Amino acid sequence: MHIPLDYETLRLIWWVLLGLLLIGFALTDGYDLGVAMLLPFVARNDEERRLTINTIAPHWEGHQVWLILGGGAIFAAWPFVYAVSFSGFYLAMFLVLASLIVRPVAFKYRSKHTEPAWRARWDWALFVGGFVPALVFGVAVGNVLVGAPFRFDSDLRMTYEGSLLGLFTPFTVLTGLLSVTMLALHGAGWLAVKAEEGPVLAHARAIGRIAGIASLVLFALGGVIVAKSGMGMHLVGAVDPDGPSNPRFVTSIAAPGAWLDNYAAHRWMIVAPVLGFAGTLLALAGISARRGWMNFGGTALATVGIIATVGLSMFPFILPSSIDPRASLTVWNASSSQLTLFIMLLVTIVFLPIVLVYTAWVMKVLSGRITLAQVRTNPDFY
Amino acid sequence: MDIAVIELSRLQFALTAMYHFLFVPLTLGLSFMLVIMESIYVITKRPIWRVITRFWGRLFGINFVLGVATGLTMEFEFGTNWAYYAHYVGDIFGAPLAIEGLMAFFLEATMVGLMFFGWDRLSRVQHLFVTFMVALGTNLSALWILIANGWMQNPVGASFNPDTMRMEVTDFKEVLFNPVAQAKFVHTVSAGYVCAATFVMGVSAIYLLRGKWTNVARRSMMVAAAFGLASSLSVVVLGDESGYTLTDNQKMKLAAIEAMWKTEEAPAGLTLFGLPDVAAHQTHYAIQVPYVLGLISTRSLTGEVTGIDDLVLRADQRISSGIVAYDAVQKLKVNRFDMSARAAFEAHKADIGFALLLKRYVADPRLATNDQILRAAADTIPNVPVMFWLFRGMAGLGFGFIAYFALAFWCASHSRFSKRWFLKLAVVMIPLPWLAIEGGWMLAEIGRQPWAVDGVLPTFLGASSLTVSQIWATIIGFTALYGTLAVIEIRLMIASIRKGPIEHNPGETQGSADGLAPLPAE
Repeated sequence: MHIPLDYETLRLIWWVLLGLLLIGFALTDGYDLGVAMLLPFVARNDEERRLTINTIAPHWEGHQVWLILGGGAIFAAWPFVYAVSFSGFYLAMFLVLASLIVRPVAFKYRSKHTEPAWRARWDWALFVGGFVPALVFGVAVGNVLVGAPFRFDSDLRMTYEGSLLGLFTPFTVLTGLLSVTMLALHGAGWLAVKAEEGPVLAHARAIGRIAGIASLVLFALGGVIVAKSGMGMHLVGAVDPDGPSNPRFVTSIAAPGAWLDNYAAHRWMIVAPVLGFAGTLLALAGISARRGWMNFGGTALATVGIIATVGLSMFPFILPSSIDPRASLTVWNASSSQLTLFIMLLVTIVFLPIVLVYTAWVMKVLSGRITLAQVRTNPDFY
Repeated sequence: MDIAVIELSRLQFALTAMYHFLFVPLTLGLSFMLVIMESIYVITKRPIWRVITRFWGRLFGINFVLGVATGLTMEFEFGTNWAYYAHYVGDIFGAPLAIEGLMAFFLEATMVGLMFFGWDRLSRVQHLFVTFMVALGTNLSALWILIANGWMQNPVGASFNPDTMRMEVTDFKEVLFNPVAQAKFVHTVSAGYVCAATFVMGVSAIYLLRGKWTNVARRSMMVAAAFGLASSLSVVVLGDESGYTLTDNQKMKLAAIEAMWKTEEAPAGLTLFGLPDVAAHQTHYAIQVPYVLGLISTRSLTGEVTGIDDLVLRADQRISSGIVAYDAVQKLKVNRFDMSARAAFEAHKADIGFALLLKRYVADPRLATNDQILRAAADTIPNVPVMFWLFRGMAGLGFGFIAYFALAFWCASHSRFSKRWFLKLAVVMIPLPWLAIEGGWMLAEIGRQPWAVDGVLPTFLGASSLTVSQIWATIIGFTALYGTLAVIEIRLMIASIRKGPIEHNPGETQGSADGLAPLPAE
């Protein structure tokens, strides 16, 4: 089969798509996670909790597919990244899975009985289902920035020399908390456009303000640590962007401070961190102005900016190794074959727009603010 | 490689997959039954069919959510527990999984929210369309996961690339139109339809036995009887279809199912019963129906069905050939441009997986003794007695379902389901499809052993480099979590069934908001 795109271009496209899928997940399911972890703080009684839950109830299922698709796309396009990160972060992955398993069940089952104890248990599950994945994903991103302790043998079998507790260092806890505050802000932003004016929305604004300020501080602090600690790598030696996907064929050497070198080499990349700060500020302004869409739009931009900052800073690295720099996975050595990348691109070009169209249609059909009156009368509400 | 890590990884995968597959079949079938019920509502506009659709829709929802939740585990597990497998075949295997997300999961998951929350925001036809999209999405997801699984059973359209030390796709069309995948898809979704039909029959029978909600129950049974009869015929007939493709692709599996040790003269007889003796390579007390196996599996009187002993001989030859390929790959690791190694590799690359079987006994297959080669060849025989009996259990249940639904059809037309003995039978039948389905899954995957991907990658090489304690931690975690959820799920199902098709919100004291009063019994 003739492939009209060269390997280098396809790898770049799939690096961008990987970023877009993660951003898609953070933008959509991110606010579901945010709303779930805000549940104990914005809602004080059962009706308020039901209002909060029903702002996301019809949507979280579809949104979670961004995560499933992200997992599938990493598997299909970046099999090394999938194999190393999922098995390396083994117990952390289990924590995420367990939280994401109780979350859907909590949504669906909470309303099936009226006893307060039953509902309190599921509210707790919803909180865990929002907070734990947000934290662990953030910690994982921090570890990707620092590098993970893995190496390959000549058969490309990976061994990982870390532990669950080893994932938690001051820097990675910081990135974890940044992820939590970013998604809490995003969740509060969603409540600002989806919940009726009332106690829930008022609480969401108050907590959104705290989360937004914390997010600004943590994002700035993270940047300073990356700059000062000399974290990062760059590729030394001739790179073959069309070469076979085999980390043993490339030489890459860790160099201090390299993550921020990209901003000197490609000045336009500064857009990403600027967006991270500006979006958060816009969200805070939206909270003060009581303008829901300005608030939500700001949190969305902030989410895009913060995630893009990580991806752009690390380019062309995707998952560096902290113990064997040669094993580091990059855009040029960790992808699927050219044919698979091309076929998957065709499938994505055809189906992703269709997904976006019907998702928008569903959003439109279910548009409008959720009110306490609806919560009291609609028999289909959770 | 630590055998305990491999066995525990297999145990965890089997536990989580079989648990996941408790929910999926009901989702597959019930989604289409909802389409049928709602279509009747849209055509007749009779409110009773709306009540029926919404009632089964609620049970669908309780079940669906656990299917979704536990499916996530499956997708992650290839990476968490089978990292070398993920690396080795991700180039082919990852694609259907990603497409499944893009084409199927998005559709079902986005539409299912609207299906539950859109009743008062959509017209009748629009809502039916949404329900249909949910059914289409769930069934499409079965298609893609079975294309992935079909490739593990019959790895077409790919070959090993020594530059990247993995399998890479050579022809995506072959992966897509893999005959094993096609047969598996039809067989599996039909089994799901049988499961849902049996479930609806059984629950409705409980109502009829108690004289409750009879107007809902009788109509539901009518739909289920028709749907179940068609599906049970399809599941058996198209089960045969996967037997037919076995002769090309998976002769060993067929021979193990039939406990057929020696190649017989064509056409081979079908063994109904017998006692497979693994040590002696014989099946004692076999009761055979002449000609039938040859006819079913080769569709001819002259086609030969190969026996286990001959297949082991063939494996032995392929291991020797694979060692040549393995040797060439080791040279290519050192020098990618070694032309003579490249030529040797090309000539033997189809057998490289067979050389890997030796890694169970010797780190470098090139140093294997003749005895080790013989042992590795013998390893290609799956567990024959388990295969033999699982198949007979599954197939027996399959024929039983045809008889059951034929009877249901007869009851529907002659007595409108008034015979109590039949209603009691319908209740007893509820768990049986699950038994057949889990048995079928075990049959398919145990029959694939010792391979993760048939002829390509042995299972024992596929696992991640984890420790025994890590895997125990997650096995215990999953067992506790899944066990708790199973108890909650079943109790909620029973509570919902007990409550029946009442139309009001459990959280509220006032009656229904949509003007539908609770339905009295007939």
